[in-house]
Amino acid sequence: MTRWLEHHLPKAVLAPSFLAVLVFVYGFIGWTAWVSLTRSKLMPRYEIDGFGQFVRLFASPRWDTAFGNLFIFGLLFVVISLVLGLLLAILLDQRIRVEGVIRTIYLYPMALSLIVTGTAWKWVLNPGLGLEAVVRGWGFENFRFDWLVNSDMAIYTVVIAGVWQASGFVMALFLAGLRSVDQEIIRAAEVDGIPTYRIYSAIIIPSMAPIFMSAFIVLTHLAIKSFDLVIALTGGGPGYATDLPATYMYAMAFSRGDIGQAAASAMVMMAVVFAIVVPYLYSELRPRHD
Amino acid sequence: MTFRFALAASTALSVLGSAAAFAGPQAEVLHWWTSGGEAKSVAVLQQEFAENGGTWTDMPVAGGGGDAAMTALRARVLSGNAPTAVQLKGPAIQEWYDEGVLADISGVAKAEGWENLLPASIAGHMKCGDTWCAAPVNVHRVDWIWANASILAQNGIEMPTTWDEFNAAAEKLQAAGIIPLAHGGQAWQDATLFETVVLGIGGPAFFQKALVDLDESALKSDTMVAAFDQMRTLRGYVDANFSGRDWNLATAMVMNGEAAFQVMGDWAKGEFLAAGKVPGQDFLCASTPGEGYLYNVDSFAMFKVAGDDNVAGQDLLAKLIMGKNFQKVFNMNKGSIPARTDVALDAFDSCAQLSAADMAASSASGSLLPSYAHGMALYGPQSGAITDVVTAHFNSEMSSADAVAMLVAAVANSR
Amino acid sequence: MTDFSTANRSMPPPPSRMRRTGGVKRALLRWLLFAGLGVFALFYLMPLFVMLTTSLKSLEEIRTGSLVALPRTVTFDAWHTAWSQACSGIKCEGLRPYFMNSVLIAVPAVAISTMIGALNGYVVAHWRFRGANIIFSLMLFGCFIPFQVVLLPMARMLGLMGLAGTIPGLIFVHVIYGIGFTTLFFRNYYVSVPGELVKAAKVDGAGFLRIFWSIFLPLSLPIFVVTIIWQFTQIWNDFLFGVSFSQAGTQPVTVALNNIVNSTTGVKEYNVDMAAAIIAALPTLLVYVVAGKYFIRGLTAGSVKG
Repeated sequence: MTRWLEHHLPKAVLAPSFLAVLVFVYGFIGWTAWVSLTRSKLMPRYEIDGFGQFVRLFASPRWDTAFGNLFIFGLLFVVISLVLGLLLAILLDQRIRVEGVIRTIYLYPMALSLIVTGTAWKWVLNPGLGLEAVVRGWGFENFRFDWLVNSDMAIYTVVIAGVWQASGFVMALFLAGLRSVDQEIIRAAEVDGIPTYRIYSAIIIPSMAPIFMSAFIVLTHLAIKSFDLVIALTGGGPGYATDLPATYMYAMAFSRGDIGQAAASAMVMMAVVFAIVVPYLYSELRPRHD
Repeated sequence: MTFRFALAASTALSVLGSAAAFAGPQAEVLHWWTSGGEAKSVAVLQQEFAENGGTWTDMPVAGGGGDAAMTALRARVLSGNAPTAVQLKGPAIQEWYDEGVLADISGVAKAEGWENLLPASIAGHMKCGDTWCAAPVNVHRVDWIWANASILAQNGIEMPTTWDEFNAAAEKLQAAGIIPLAHGGQAWQDATLFETVVLGIGGPAFFQKALVDLDESALKSDTMVAAFDQMRTLRGYVDANFSGRDWNLATAMVMNGEAAFQVMGDWAKGEFLAAGKVPGQDFLCASTPGEGYLYNVDSFAMFKVAGDDNVAGQDLLAKLIMGKNFQKVFNMNKGSIPARTDVALDAFDSCAQLSAADMAASSASGSLLPSYAHGMALYGPQSGAITDVVTAHFNSEMSSADAVAMLVAAVANSR
Repeated sequence: MTDFSTANRSMPPPPSRMRRTGGVKRALLRWLLFAGLGVFALFYLMPLFVMLTTSLKSLEEIRTGSLVALPRTVTFDAWHTAWSQACSGIKCEGLRPYFMNSVLIAVPAVAISTMIGALNGYVVAHWRFRGANIIFSLMLFGCFIPFQVVLLPMARMLGLMGLAGTIPGLIFVHVIYGIGFTTLFFRNYYVSVPGELVKAAKVDGAGFLRIFWSIFLPLSLPIFVVTIIWQFTQIWNDFLFGVSFSQAGTQPVTVALNNIVNSTTGVKEYNVDMAAAIIAALPTLLVYVVAGKYFIRGLTAGSVKG
């Protein structure tokens, strides 16, 4: 009896989480799929009507913009945060005396809710109030930094604020990884006269693969859900130039009362996530023979 | 286990609830007037409610002009836990009624004679089918233009009465190095500007056809092209950094003399008054060029709830909202005017008095119109689709003809 | 400050990766390093600087002066207002009353989701059974579901469970959508624990829970810190769930903050807004400062053992 219990205990431990995920993630995705096929407006309705919502979605110029932005924003945000996070972690790993202070400075943005830091960023990035005005005030009359009010560039300001918020956490993850690399190996490499950058690129960084995975998932999750960021910083503007699928979906579902349309956009969004994340997870999780 | 426990607990609670004696009127009120002067204005209502023996449970949810509150409302209704009274406005009231979740407050409305106290078009918004289902709090006028008095005087400019006059004045101001129009580039502000332009250029009848009835011939007419042309002209009168600017910062630009005009609803007045500016002296108010009156009426709708105390709470609340005293105190705080037409306006400022006089006149002439930009005229998907086009046009180099074509397509796609 | 330096000193001798470079070159590199770190520090501090200075100004000064300048006269009125007087609806008691709600939500939700994550991660990393990887992948993919999607069906479920508008309901929601991440963090950490360790313990007759308790838990301080930081930040800063699944009396501090800073048609008090934002973030900031310390200590302990 105890042997049987012992044998099945791991499954029993995982079972409640698995069930919860099945219902509250996959069940809800199923619900959304269903609703995307209806003409739900203010509240969800359940009479199937066909693919009309998807036809409407793809006919909407605003969705085109939002969908395109997901790739621009997502790619830049994830890549820059990863690179910057790793760089900062390596810099901080050089036995700095004030490491605690600097680390906290890099980390704190994650602690602040974007409801208000968005306003501060908005001021900093606004050419008339913030950086541009200040630098011009110093005498550099030709300094220009007006991305926030430029339809073509505004999405990059969202990237800046996003990187500002998330890169510190990525830095912390990598720092933890750097510190847990076996010091013996590094010392041996140093004794052999291998240059520092080679130690990093050939030994330390490859050994942090699981950290890259955590960081990638954390960042992708933040990129897809970037919602507060856009709302607080640009409100989707100028025009709807910085709209993202998450803000599009929210606007449809909750400000406009067009729930069927919101569900359709959610399904497309999840299909994209699926297409990007699943191959990555597959390659990371497949058993390695080494 | 949790589930069963919760079930047991809720059964026990409901037994308790029905067994308990009638505890006086109760109301849980969901609203988005959460800060500063607005919150104090609601507190007036809560106070009156309490004085009449009621217990008010406050459920404030701010954000995005009610978006977050509407999110919370949907979640509450779906979980079978609707609030008693909810700040709702425009056609959304009838939409919620169609979901079968609104309560009937005809009893109070008839007893108090609301029919004769409200302008007909505003009363229409408060009715669902044959019943009354919402109580109006105020009337905001949307089509206001605000001006810095000393700038106009220095440059010899009168308040414009047509958009052509406005354009002429703007050229003059621009030559003098003053920003003619203070504007915040947020979608709803673009939409606000757009609807005043449509009203001014097309007139009230055209506004009704285009932005209320969504008549296709009106939407693709030359008048609509002209409206977009005027939007493009206005874009030239706005400073380069307008994107994303909050409306109150735009108001501050007028106050500080950086800019001459702002088109904004009468809540902008509160900003001037808070800074100690005097209407007619430091700043001027007038309706935007052209005739007509665009209203934005805030109201409370009552949701179906169980329990005599809650129903009593709804009736009391409805009665107090339409009460003379509340309508006066609340609207003096908020910059709007009372919805009921028999409140003495002596204590109000000159802009509010002008608003009330214009409302009466336009109600008589049939030019009292709902604001599309503030959710009074259309269902959400339609007004949203129009706003998308307006803001896309205003923030790009799109031609007016393209904008009109896009408008027709967007409206068709939103149904 | 002192704590950090002692923590550093107690570390094993530095594997200084720059030791081999010459004196002058080394000093130059050192200088460049500090310059780089400093520039980034400025970038990260910029918005905080704006928020702090604004919160110390009077409204009059904000209205007339530059938004990003130092205050001419410093006043703490805004902080006082934000904490105990600002209106969130008709109650003008500042953020104070809402703090407790957030604590009541965040502490149990973080504790539960972290514990579940630790056990799940342990199973997925070292007690593989058929399908364990598929289950883990399914849970991971769950991390990506946009929360806007789950709001409405979740509201219905909470209603059915009788948890609508309650604090246990909010805890439940946060735990459900937190376990994907907590499992991921622990799994990735435990994967690097050698499987031989587990095998040896099994040979010695230790069972599932015993191995977890006496081998894995003692190793886990750093990853607990990372997970707790992550979960606490997510849950404390959550607005969407807080606003949707609360009712009067259970609203968390982010909802109150949003109520204070958002005004549709009223006068904006930016100084109070900024002060309120900083106050609302104090617990998370504190977690970062305090936990950051244990982060290093935990890792130091680990490296001594390794």
